[in-house]
Amino acid sequence: MAAVSPSSVDELAAALRDTGSAPVRVTGGGSKASWGGVARPADVELSTRGLDRIVEHAEGDFVVTVEAGARLADVQEAVGGKGQWLALDPPEPDATVGGVVACAASGPRRLRFGTPRDLLIGVTVVLPDGTVARSGGKVVKNVAGYDLGKLFCGAFGTLGVVAQCTFRLHPQPRAVRCVSVAADDPGPLVAALRRSPFRPSAVEYHGERLSVVIEAFEAAADAQAEQVRALVGGTVASGVPAAFGVRPWGPAEVGLKATFRLGALSEVLALVSKGFRVSAHAASGVMWLGAAWVDADLLAELRARVAEYDGTVVVVTAPDEVKRELDVWGPVRGVEVMRAIRDRFDPDRRMNPGVLDVI
Amino acid sequence: MLARDFVAALGPAAVVTDRVQLRTYECDGLTAYRCIPGLVVLPETAAQVAYVVRRCAEESAPFVARGAGTGLSGGALPVATGVLVVLSRLTAIRSVSVDDERVVVEPGVVNLDVSRAVAADGYFYAPDPSSQQVCTIGGNVAENSGGAHCLKYGFTAHHVTGLEVVLPDGSVERFGGLAPDPVGYDVVGALVGSEGTLGIVTEVTVRVVRAPERVETVLAGFRSMDDAGEAVSAIVAAGVLPAAVEMMDALSIEAAESAVACGYPPGAAAVLIVELDGPADEVGAELAEVEAICERANAFEVRVASSAEDRVAIWRGRKSAFAAMGRISRDYIVQDGVVPRTSLPQVLHAIGVLSAESGIRVANVFHAGDGNLHPLVLFDASAGETEAAEAVSERILELCIEHGGSITGEHGVGNDKKKHMGRMFTAVDLDVMQLVRCAFDPANLCNPGKVFPTPRLCGERPGRRTGVHPVQAAGLGEVF
Repeated sequence: MAAVSPSSVDELAAALRDTGSAPVRVTGGGSKASWGGVARPADVELSTRGLDRIVEHAEGDFVVTVEAGARLADVQEAVGGKGQWLALDPPEPDATVGGVVACAASGPRRLRFGTPRDLLIGVTVVLPDGTVARSGGKVVKNVAGYDLGKLFCGAFGTLGVVAQCTFRLHPQPRAVRCVSVAADDPGPLVAALRRSPFRPSAVEYHGERLSVVIEAFEAAADAQAEQVRALVGGTVASGVPAAFGVRPWGPAEVGLKATFRLGALSEVLALVSKGFRVSAHAASGVMWLGAAWVDADLLAELRARVAEYDGTVVVVTAPDEVKRELDVWGPVRGVEVMRAIRDRFDPDRRMNPGVLDVI
Repeated sequence: MLARDFVAALGPAAVVTDRVQLRTYECDGLTAYRCIPGLVVLPETAAQVAYVVRRCAEESAPFVARGAGTGLSGGALPVATGVLVVLSRLTAIRSVSVDDERVVVEPGVVNLDVSRAVAADGYFYAPDPSSQQVCTIGGNVAENSGGAHCLKYGFTAHHVTGLEVVLPDGSVERFGGLAPDPVGYDVVGALVGSEGTLGIVTEVTVRVVRAPERVETVLAGFRSMDDAGEAVSAIVAAGVLPAAVEMMDALSIEAAESAVACGYPPGAAAVLIVELDGPADEVGAELAEVEAICERANAFEVRVASSAEDRVAIWRGRKSAFAAMGRISRDYIVQDGVVPRTSLPQVLHAIGVLSAESGIRVANVFHAGDGNLHPLVLFDASAGETEAAEAVSERILELCIEHGGSITGEHGVGNDKKKHMGRMFTAVDLDVMQLVRCAFDPANLCNPGKVFPTPRLCGERPGRRTGVHPVQAAGLGEVF
């Protein structure tokens, strides 16, 4: 397998152009290399790590443009010096910006700030044939042309390579408070919070504890944390707890992601309480599940039950031999249209073969 | 033949063929472009929409979707040889689930009616285009509509989680739903803002948001636009994210005063409206900060609305600004451009110079928080000023592009701005966007002639075009 590591968008385009229709595996920091379907062997491994520049931090505009191979942590450090942050907090260490976008990876603060698709305002992509194209721009408010960035978020590199991203930034919070309370069934507490006037940055359920994160001005954060504590009980601490937002699986284990309508938290938790470790973005309708082993029948059963809440279950990660026994992605609404899109962007289906074969 | 089929399937009351009646559909909110459609249909169900589109596909007849017709870029401009599909009869709110923070509506539902459906539960639908009393959700989805409060709450794209779509071949497909993160490509994200070129939406699932506990509206008067701009930058730099930050210059204040007597600070060269909302304590802290910043930026008067009536009065001036231009000018062009917020002072100065040089007055009303300008170019057509006004309007867009901004922040490209797309994007960029178009609509029947300056034949690969485009050669498209 040939390994290429371009250090400019032009080099990236040339690398794709020069390799014709050979299958290509795109890699970034490797933190989510095990995500998705079983990757088939590729002739070319294309690393984005040479594309790691922070191109422009337009501080006054709260906008940053970075190359895809830049580590998210390095971007945070660069803009953090100016009191700003890119409001994405997936927990995978060493994740690159391109990988976070390609996998649509999210973390606890998605409750307030959304996922990569909500903060990506401009993108430069390289198509499988080496064509370089741009959509969006450097301003938050912009409706000129189709938003290719949305399509590339969560496409797992199957439409082409994300080469450069422009994101909206947010001010760093001045104060962080966390109300933490033990709860067997957090559903009623989350419902009460949802109807309250408070706007937490995150509401996490992990290890039978509900954590409500308030980020605001110093005085307001204390007052709100106290009011939230009065509503749900528990204790108030500064900062977030250890293992906050961490995925509930180990290296050789099975990780699932379940989504569901927001009001069905208790019901979905009841389905998975036995047999899974759970880490839920409890007010967002998203739950990560970890287990040493999952078989096809259990997965099918879980999918059928979660579908009753308009939800889906996908296998995020598992050893290849386990994945081969499972339907990794499950049913996909509108898959025919997605196939038509993929056929237009990558007619040879050379990009990341195997990872998103359902489309 | 289509007309006969549609009458048979939908009933005579749902089909318009009379030339005089067809004329009432000849334009949308941008009246500069007019085209009488070949046929108008007014379906009442999604199944009827699907039937109409399927028949159009079979006959290779172009079709255009239209909601309330309030769009400002000619996005719903009909095709003379095609069918205009009017969705204003699909007005059912199909379900409301406050526990899930979702409302499912048909495309003809008026924007404000979504908020009304959940108001009693303490929720609202956040995207608030200024036409929200009449514009429809289907049109909002097409245009990715924003509004004064999108600075904090985001655009339509951030609030749509599911769509049912009649695809250009007449098949019906669903994407997303009540739950977040649908599996596969973000087709919902691709459809929102595609200006009706990828299909016709027949059901929309939207996110509704908890109404804020406290709202404060600040009106500040300044002696110069620079001072007001300075205040905006300082507010943002302080880490305050207001729900809205709106600015008006002296000329737009004058128009608003004469139309609705809004009582803004007399003698102001600029006013700033800053709205803060959220939990009470937080808003209290932010309000103190915003007042202090305005004073430091030399505001000569800072008012805080003390009641709901007060708030309405402050907003009345801003919301009437466009219509009020009729008081001070016979004709006007509403422009929509975006610049990075930090470029606002330079761009406003450049617009001032442009105005002085051309003798064409420009009133500035804009969403200052996100750099979205709405310059109103004032002119008198009867005095032969139309051409000069259009030149000024176009030059303003060029300024936006030169400063790294956009040719449209919320009105869309439609028919009006496709000629400018080539200044913002390369031909290759536009070709790649059209790969999406080709995936949905290879026959180019769905709202053809919008968004892109040059239609693309769906057999080609991007970046490999040589010579004259075949569509152009056939006289079917032109390059601006």
